Amino acid sequence: MGKAWESGADAIVMDDRDHVATALRELSPGLTITFKHAGETVQLEVMEAIAFGHKIAVAAIEVGVHVRKYGEVIGRATAVIPKGCHVHVHNIEGIRGRGDQAAAPAAAKGE
Amino acid sequence: MTVKTFKGYARENGDFGIRNHLLIIPTVICSNQVVNRIAQLVPDSVAIPHQHGCSQIGADKDRTFDVLAGTGMNPNVGAVLIVSLGCEVVDPQQLAETIRATGKPVEFFDIQNVGGSVKAIQHGAEIARRLRAELDRTKMVDVPYSALRVGVKCGGSDATSGLASNPALGVAADTVIGEGGSIVIGETTEIIGAEHILAERCQDENVSAKLYEIVHRFEREVEKVGADMRGGNPSPGNIAGGLSTIEEKSLGCISKCGTAPIRAVIEYAEQIPNGGLYFMDSPGNDIECVSGMAAGGAHIVCFTTGRGTPTGAAVSPVIKITANQRMYDRMSDNMDVNVSGLLTGELDLAEAGALIGNEIFEVAAGKLTKAEILGHQEFSINRIGPSL
Repeated sequence: MGKAWESGADAIVMDDRDHVATALRELSPGLTITFKHAGETVQLEVMEAIAFGHKIAVAAIEVGVHVRKYGEVIGRATAVIPKGCHVHVHNIEGIRGRGDQAAAPAAAKGE
Repeated sequence: MTVKTFKGYARENGDFGIRNHLLIIPTVICSNQVVNRIAQLVPDSVAIPHQHGCSQIGADKDRTFDVLAGTGMNPNVGAVLIVSLGCEVVDPQQLAETIRATGKPVEFFDIQNVGGSVKAIQHGAEIARRLRAELDRTKMVDVPYSALRVGVKCGGSDATSGLASNPALGVAADTVIGEGGSIVIGETTEIIGAEHILAERCQDENVSAKLYEIVHRFEREVEKVGADMRGGNPSPGNIAGGLSTIEEKSLGCISKCGTAPIRAVIEYAEQIPNGGLYFMDSPGNDIECVSGMAAGGAHIVCFTTGRGTPTGAAVSPVIKITANQRMYDRMSDNMDVNVSGLLTGELDLAEAGALIGNEIFEVAAGKLTKAEILGHQEFSINRIGPSL
């Protein structure tokens, strides 16, 4: 998981397959940020405030989609998440360790 | 890292310590106050008060015993005084004999027999002063770097942990293993959602099957509670720091153990073998996990944090590492290594890993960690059974 960090980048995408970037500073709505994704420098308009360390959608995410960071599944979208919006507990949920769900799914092997 | 030895303490069983503690162990909560008073009277002693030792049975009782015995056996401990009440389930004689097998001096007595707190404190302080004086005559020897066993742990995580401090610690972990030392990673709860990645790195199918088994067991326990584990883990602080799910937290956690194959899954507080990478089946709870690693013989625990935590450990120095510059500015008196330059492009991963590797070496050679300087000696035993 060793990535080269670029000096002064606004955000970082950990893997080419990721749906999210992590903000490396406070991001305000309306700002256009620049970061590397799949080997290319891309720009993205920030749609809502994203705190340092929080995630921003780098593509539109449909309900039920398995959301990826580090190239791996970090949870499931519980709402439509437009590109540039904040991705967090209000619109994604964990799939594992869900004692609140009657028939909790067995551990996924290499989802 | 050109020097491959440092000054430490040779133990009779062939092991080496990087500290020379006099440890005072209460076998049971009822002995805590006597133990604390003895420690106050004898500077340079370490007390490990705890809540256990009575009304316990089976594997739960054994776990308490194993953690107390393992902490006493840790090579950073040079001598041990055990204070018993006299009627608890942890047998002080058996505990003394188990620790004594390492060759270090161990003495014990019980409060009921000695005749109450005041006499017990006086009696204990006399023994402790004598043990301390003997320890202070220990000659230091050259210790090979390859003798080191280092725990890796993360706590009070935020997004910077998974992006930067854990991968940097992973580089240092690979260095320790490359020198012939061992690394132990724990926190079974915090590999949920990332176990398939670690399983692929297990030495053989038996080890990977064991890894899946302990993760599934932990997950079933969480399900029995009937709640979403989110809120407990990831914690409110993790969530405020940008971590949304246990899967995200886990995927950020696992990089801290580097890239070596996992040689075995060991039990909580089980002795950590020399050389290579091991997984200890332990809770994610910071103090319980670190205490289990110290009981397993870890010389040092490297601990990454983004939110910030002051925690130390009773007998093993805890090196605190962060990649969160703002937290570092606020809590620098608790932090040993700052690798936040990774996120601004000022450090690359190899440089950040070398900063941590150098700190491990210096702490092994005697440099005090911030937690040691501040007197943080947290100790906690994982509980797995009912109180009777």
